[in-house]
Amino acid sequence: MSELYDVIIVGGGPAGLTAALSAQQNGAKKILVLERDREPGGILQQCVHNGFGLHHFKEELTGPGYAQRCYDLVKDLPEVEILVDTMVLEVRKDKTVRAVSPTRGVMELHGKSVVLTMGCRERTRGAIRIPGTRPAGVYTAGAAQRMVNMEGYIPGRKIVILGSGDIGLIMARRMSLEGCKVQAVLEICPFSNGLTRNIVQCLNDYDIPLHLSHTIVAIHGKDRVTGVTVAKVDEKSRPIPGTEFEIDCDTVLLSVGLIPENELSRGLGLQMHPLTSGPIVDQRRETSEPGIFAAGNVVHVHDLVDFVSDEAEIAGKFAAKAALGAGGGAARDLAVTTGENIRTCVPQHLRLGAETESVRLFMRVTQPLRGKLKLKVESGGEEVFSKPLMIAKPSEMIAVDLPEAKVGALTSDLTVSLTEGN
Amino acid sequence: MGRQADVVVIGGGITGTATLAALARLDLSCVLTEKEPDIAAGTTKANSAVLHAGFDAPTGSMKAKMNVEGNRLYHELQDELGLDIQWTGSLVCATTEEEKAQIEELKARGEANGVPGMEIWDGDKARAKEPNLSAAVCSALWAPTAGICWPFGMAEAFAENALENGAEILRDCEVTGIRAEDGQGFTIETTQGTIRARFVVNAAGVFADKVAAMAGDTSFSIHPRKGEYILFDKTAQDKMVRGIVFPAPTQTTKGILVCATTHGNTFVGPNAQEQDSRDDTAVTTAGMDEIIAGAKKLVPELPMGASITEFAGIRAVSDTNDFIVGESKTVKGLYHAAGIQSPGLTSAPAIARLLAEEIAKAAGAKAKAKVVKGRPAQPIFRELSAEEQAALIKKDARYGRIICRCETITEGEIVDAIKRPCGARTVDGVKRRIRAGMGRCQGGFCGPRVIEILSRELGIPVPKVRKDGADSYMYEEKLGGGRK
Ligand SMILES: Cc1cc2nc3c(=O)[nH]c(=O)nc-3n(C[C@H](O)[C@H](O)[C@H](O)COP(=O)(O)OP(=O)(O)OC[C@H]3O[C@@H](n4cnc5c(N)ncnc54)[C@H](O)[C@@H]3O)c2cc1C
Ligand SMILES: Cc1cc2nc3c(=O)[nH]c(=O)nc-3n(C[C@H](O)[C@H](O)[C@H](O)COP(=O)(O)OP(=O)(O)OC[C@H]3O[C@@H](n4cnc5c(N)ncnc54)[C@H](O)[C@@H]3O)c2cc1C
Repeated sequence: MSELYDVIIVGGGPAGLTAALSAQQNGAKKILVLERDREPGGILQQCVHNGFGLHHFKEELTGPGYAQRCYDLVKDLPEVEILVDTMVLEVRKDKTVRAVSPTRGVMELHGKSVVLTMGCRERTRGAIRIPGTRPAGVYTAGAAQRMVNMEGYIPGRKIVILGSGDIGLIMARRMSLEGCKVQAVLEICPFSNGLTRNIVQCLNDYDIPLHLSHTIVAIHGKDRVTGVTVAKVDEKSRPIPGTEFEIDCDTVLLSVGLIPENELSRGLGLQMHPLTSGPIVDQRRETSEPGIFAAGNVVHVHDLVDFVSDEAEIAGKFAAKAALGAGGGAARDLAVTTGENIRTCVPQHLRLGAETESVRLFMRVTQPLRGKLKLKVESGGEEVFSKPLMIAKPSEMIAVDLPEAKVGALTSDLTVSLTEGN
Repeated sequence: MGRQADVVVIGGGITGTATLAALARLDLSCVLTEKEPDIAAGTTKANSAVLHAGFDAPTGSMKAKMNVEGNRLYHELQDELGLDIQWTGSLVCATTEEEKAQIEELKARGEANGVPGMEIWDGDKARAKEPNLSAAVCSALWAPTAGICWPFGMAEAFAENALENGAEILRDCEVTGIRAEDGQGFTIETTQGTIRARFVVNAAGVFADKVAAMAGDTSFSIHPRKGEYILFDKTAQDKMVRGIVFPAPTQTTKGILVCATTHGNTFVGPNAQEQDSRDDTAVTTAGMDEIIAGAKKLVPELPMGASITEFAGIRAVSDTNDFIVGESKTVKGLYHAAGIQSPGLTSAPAIARLLAEEIAKAAGAKAKAKVVKGRPAQPIFRELSAEEQAALIKKDARYGRIICRCETITEGEIVDAIKRPCGARTVDGVKRRIRAGMGRCQGGFCGPRVIEILSRELGIPVPKVRKDGADSYMYEEKLGGGRK
């Protein structure tokens, strides 16, 4: 196997599958998707709840349902080949992709362009340093989700969940439905990091207490968890002495954040962004390395798979164009920087040529804001675009589209900000 | 009725396994019992993993002798047993005039103990070796014979070599009573039945005084002293150290060090906390703060964002503060390797040799006619060339399936780790043998797959798969029943 592919896609989650479809629709003839798991679909395979696809497919689907939809759209296309049980070990600048599988052994594949869609992984206990013993019974929420939803086992009976991110909230409901007692969800921030609908549907509906500004200060138990000590924290997230209390439990689930899976990107020497932990990309989702594109959770952690698909469509399209030699030179390279209240914005820069299209910016805010808000895009000191907002939360990504006409007229760097009042 | 052996070794830490390997080379039948599901589940799994040069312990002490001799023996054994050791050398750093005098003293003591090649360096020379060292470091003691190692892997190597030479290892087998039969050997009660033996080796770590007392020897007691650590990801190595960096020592410890591991990670720690419990390895907030503050004196810019886990180990300190090695003064045939605190890891092969010699003499035993020196090869996929990888996958397709993506570990390696002579039986056992689950995601992705493979290869249902300790079951059947 040393044939030349138009586009090689690393990772067969929703981002990878959608990028494959988009590449095909944009003229690529030989597209290869490499997926390390036993089947394509990515992390969605274990998200058996519904609420997916409202934007992208205009229909409410479960996670596996959404993944299936992505897969069905490409599985019979003659231009698309999908190899599962295949782990990519290395991607080189010349777009050689080294992968291994039980049936094909070690492969060296060559692409005209490459799309990175490796998704993300969960932060673990060690990364947040929880004191105490190291017994069985402490799992990341995603690992437990896989065991419950795909393998059919439960992690325990009396559960405490640390972190109110969406996976934690979804697992609170899941464990309740399995007949387990969820004792509490603890969140170190003064606000939840999950979608509002998940707080309502996963906690309130099941009478599960959510303790904001609280964290676990010790895990107890020698072989198996027997309980946790919890304390309130101050503004700097430090436990306040004297506020400790004990919660009895046999299981602790951690939902304390996701980190883009970028070993391969680092191996490639791509420029990375310190806050998104993903590669820096332009509006076409091209990385700092020409012909290497990236989309989905590997670029920045998404809360909605629909946006993942949107981003993958872009990456797939421009990867196909690059492969077909229709990349189009970029005359102007404009940085997109973050201003007031904006923590991250993807893409981080725009490379504009003769042809221009509308550009979608994905942003996350630094803190929850409410009231009369104004999202503003400035270029060369002038406002080029604005949008009123009522509410903004770090957990919910904001997407805005800069119209084509505006994009065409841009000549200097952009700054995005969210201001209160007018 | 029951088992019979010439020697029973109690405790499967580095001391017990090294001693078993030495004894198994004699024409004696040997059994090792370990109460936990796996070997090296006690202090041997959580320590600084430094093979000390030998300048710390007072000249003439058992510690000093065993340390220097053990260090020398590891240089010999490394190839024979395939031990994971890197001879990095160590630095002890001084930041004040007083500390400078202290390290001069250490050097003199090291020379008296027989440590070769030590030098005193100035601060700049030390920083040339370790660029992230504090500007405050003004002088350092360089000891080239020190090294870093993977302690679990060394205990595993000793255990496997012992098995190759006919010894037996019983895990999940706790010794609950020992009856000395009036010069007629011992009857040892265990959770797996009775064993009759002529000689007993007590290598029970922090429980060595309890085991001694079972046999009627109450001449010493063990005082647990905890040490805590923080481990950092490989990506942080450029901001940390490549070798071993100590501060000037205190009265009780060698201080909080900043140190590399043989796997490319780095760690900081340990502190020293007296406690009553012998198995409470809980990590504390106060402890974390203490070791971070301590380590910052050596490396001011610690990359805290890259920490991946923390852990603690318990030192088994004897009343005399020295090792107790040799035959019991009161119970004939009972041999102690007790009070084996630091540098116990370094000393293990020397302690093993000494005990094997004493027991050989008492038993009138000779070397086996045919001694196996090594142990079965262990393919490490990520370290093979492309051709070797291809050949391996052709032979066994499971080497083509990567299970742990952080460390690039294949299903073939996991199965091998389980099927080896002293194979893994727990999730942490797999992790310690081949690092699956040891990387950035700490088993987040591969954990469920490793459980599935353990269940399949051991022929036990998933709810019977354990994390580490005897009762550390991980998952339950969904519907009632639990794990019965
Ligand atoms: C535990 C968890 C729960 C989530 N729950 C929800 C939810 O309820 N609702 C929601 O909208 N979003 C949820 N998300 C967000 C979700 O990640 C996105 O919606 C979407 O799945 C991201 O798609 P992706 O393709 O970028 O990444 P993924 O779905 O993670 O797919 C990445 C794929 O790349 C593969 N891969 C990685 N490295 C390699 C390699 N070296 N070689 C080959 N293949 C590789 C992986 O196996 C994986 O299949 C969840 C995320 C996680 C982690
Ligand atoms: C914080 C710290 C740092 C250290 N750093 C270093 C270092 O850098 N270099 C160095 O050389 N040394 C170091 N040491 C010392 C070294 O780790 C120990 O000396 C060594 O691991 C002791 O090994 P052991 O086999 O004697 O004890 P253990 O490893 O504790 O083994 C004893 C075994 O006996 C078993 N056992 C107990 N009771 C019974 C019973 N009744 N029946 C059956 N089995 C039983 C236990 O389960 C255990 O597995 C350090 C120690 C600590 C705590």
